[in-house]
Amino acid sequence: MAHSFNQRTDLPVILEPKFKAPDALGFSRWLVGMPPWALPAVAVLMMLWPIAGHAQAVYSAEKIIDIMLKWLPLLLTKGFLMNVVISFFTMLFGTIAGLFLGLGRVSENGAVRSISWLTVQLFRNSPWLVLLFIVMLTLPFEIRIGGTYIPVPDWMKAVFGLSLPVMANIAEIVRGAIQSVPSAQWEAAQSLAFSRRQIMWQIILPQCFKRMIPPWMNWYAIMTMATPLVSLLGVTELVTLSRQAMEAEGNNPSLLMPFFGFALLIFFIYCYPIARFTLRLESKFALKG
Amino acid sequence: MPASTTTEQTWTQDQPIVSIKDVRKSFGTFEVLKGVSMDIMKGEVICIIGPSGSGKSTLIRCINALNDIQAGSITIEGQEVHDADLDKLALRKKVGMVFQQYNLFPHKTALENVMMAPLKVLKQPKEEVEKRARTLIKKVRLEGKENSYPGELSGGQQQRVAIARSLAMDPDVMLFDEVTAALDPETVKEVLLTIKELAADGMTCILVTHEMAFAREVADQIYFTDKGVIVEHGAPDVFFENASDPRTKEFLGQIL
Amino acid sequence: MIDIIQSFFRDLAETYPKWNFIFFYEPAQWERVVSGLYVTIKLSVVCVILSVIIGIAGAWAQGSPSRIIRWVVQSYIQFFRNTPPLIQLLFFYFALGQFTPTVTGPDGWTEQPIISNVGWAIISLSFFAGAFNVEIFRSGIEAVPNSTLEAAESLGFTRAQTYTNVTFPLALRVSLPALNNNLINLVKTTTQAIAIAVPELLYEMVSIWNDYSSAQNAAMTVLFFTYIALVGILAFGMHKWEKRLLVPGFGKAS
Ligand SMILES: Nc1ncnc2c1ncn2[C@@H]1O[C@H](COP(=O)(O)OP(=O)(O)OP(=O)(O)O)[C@@H](O)[C@H]1O
Ligand SMILES: [Mg+2]
Repeated sequence: MAHSFNQRTDLPVILEPKFKAPDALGFSRWLVGMPPWALPAVAVLMMLWPIAGHAQAVYSAEKIIDIMLKWLPLLLTKGFLMNVVISFFTMLFGTIAGLFLGLGRVSENGAVRSISWLTVQLFRNSPWLVLLFIVMLTLPFEIRIGGTYIPVPDWMKAVFGLSLPVMANIAEIVRGAIQSVPSAQWEAAQSLAFSRRQIMWQIILPQCFKRMIPPWMNWYAIMTMATPLVSLLGVTELVTLSRQAMEAEGNNPSLLMPFFGFALLIFFIYCYPIARFTLRLESKFALKG
Repeated sequence: MPASTTTEQTWTQDQPIVSIKDVRKSFGTFEVLKGVSMDIMKGEVICIIGPSGSGKSTLIRCINALNDIQAGSITIEGQEVHDADLDKLALRKKVGMVFQQYNLFPHKTALENVMMAPLKVLKQPKEEVEKRARTLIKKVRLEGKENSYPGELSGGQQQRVAIARSLAMDPDVMLFDEVTAALDPETVKEVLLTIKELAADGMTCILVTHEMAFAREVADQIYFTDKGVIVEHGAPDVFFENASDPRTKEFLGQIL
Repeated sequence: MIDIIQSFFRDLAETYPKWNFIFFYEPAQWERVVSGLYVTIKLSVVCVILSVIIGIAGAWAQGSPSRIIRWVVQSYIQFFRNTPPLIQLLFFYFALGQFTPTVTGPDGWTEQPIISNVGWAIISLSFFAGAFNVEIFRSGIEAVPNSTLEAAESLGFTRAQTYTNVTFPLALRVSLPALNNNLINLVKTTTQAIAIAVPELLYEMVSIWNDYSSAQNAAMTVLFFTYIALVGILAFGMHKWEKRLLVPGFGKAS
């Protein structure tokens, strides 16, 4: 969110702050600003710490490594992969809904505008976890379409829950991008007798499409970081599986660091390239305008 | 004040109030001042002119210890400025500085800008400071603007607040670095008038300026710098009519 | 008055069994809601204050000449900004919590860790939001032009005086919009403390509807709007403050 600095005076009173608010590209910038070795180093440290620090009641290093290796495939294929699947679907639904909600924010119809505004405010300002709880518990476990019952798995419900805040935030990105197109574009198109809908879909949206990609990807990364929340509602994913694995291995405290450390590490490995790519795109677009 | 009172006592009014001797200053390997000397007597107004990049700002910043120097000496009232154990506060009290970009504190009103240093730095009582600040604001012809923020003032008005702010510390020497360069021609006059009045009151002033007519009118001495040295100096009439050095002639030829 | 409200909701629950606002007529449930709300507010207020302190201290430390200090601050920021807060919370409470010493509890014979789950939630959330605040304040400080600081120096301000009278007040004004966002995000993130059984609002509401399934819809509605209200109050307050600090010439164009 760029703060507009007053143009009335020519004094160099204050420089434009470099920080972009968390809902701009702050997150990606951060991820990229981090040296690539930082998190792996921290994770290794965390895995070694209990071995060094807590002599009794501790499994030996070999045993911990054995346990980790044993669970690794499952944590990845049944655990983290699930986070990724959830994040994909969430982004898909959130983007589609957000696009229309964003269009509603700039609609000509005042009622549509107000309702869209209210929707955005409600879902942007409520905690993700609250939305997750509400959606998980109110959605039925199966939907009837025609005569057939289609089961809705838990993770799918979680997707809907996470989609709501994503939708509201994408809507703001869409609105911002649309409003950043100079009004001269509208006037030019109107003078060529385009209808409002045509102008929006054929002229305005294609223009601001590029502008939306970096913040959109930034939100993908933020939302991916939120997927472990679904473990609190019993959906199987990385954190759920890690806790089950630790239980299966006798709940030894020395396993806590390696398992949670691994969870932190895997998220970093996944999000870091995305953040890099986001920033590359942003600077590329910034150059070309 | 723990300032070295002994040196202050040895300084008398008939000695130069600011004395610059063979000052050398480099940024890295780039030498900006290559041995600059000048003496300024109390109450004198001197103008430094010269092409861009010749080191005028650097010199003036060295006088105020905003920059350090590599060789030579600068004394103010007999006190060495670039002395490691100099009491910086004592120096700042003696030397006021006004910048090209005004550099007011944007979150304080004009009056608060003027009052801030005496209050926070000198810890003087508020009523007294406020009274003096109001007088100073009046002096720079800004009555009625006491409660305006810098953002609500024109460039010329801001610059005059900046002058009042420096004067509030009751300095013996004022430094002005191209204080009208950022202003439009209309407002330049107001600021120059303020400086002229200040000079007439007997304030010792060192000005860097591109306003030749003003320099000619107000200065007792004009110094011309080029590439880090003082090429020549003299009283305004002599300087402008009979510049001897070809570099000065060329510069004046471009400007006048 | 209270009687009227209580009987209204009791009647409502009888007519519409799915809308049992049990906490509006049963004092025991009401107390659970209030205590949950209290914990949420306490958690939010303490974390907001701590995270702002961490932010200011961190931003100041980042300007330190020591490379080691800068590196430590940097690593801290990186770690907390780039990992899910939920896992941070679990990591703090379970992984680090096992190393904290224990003391004898108030009953005189059970051993309790000196840092409770509420304590860990405060620590974890404050550090999480603090990492963002460091960045926010640092960019605010960077936005203050050197020349303004030089002006202060030439007026005789010491480094500390310049910081408190010029740098900080200006940096704060620049930082406020971003700080605003981050603190709102922090209040929303307090819900995640449910993962370590901190009895905040979400936790209490979930236990109410677990105990009385007929209260589920009612509890969800109240939960949803309570958080909207909390966030709204914070946003409103911050906005007021932003406006009060607004000075002509910079900040949001008015
Ligand atoms: N902080 C610095 N670091 C490195 N070089 C500097 C610095 N400040 C000034 N210089 C260099 O020193 C030289 C003299 O600069 P100075 O600002 O004193 O010139 P000036 O005479 O005031 O010019 P102008 O009329 O444009 O203000 C310039 O070449 C400039 O690039
Ligand atoms: Mg200059």
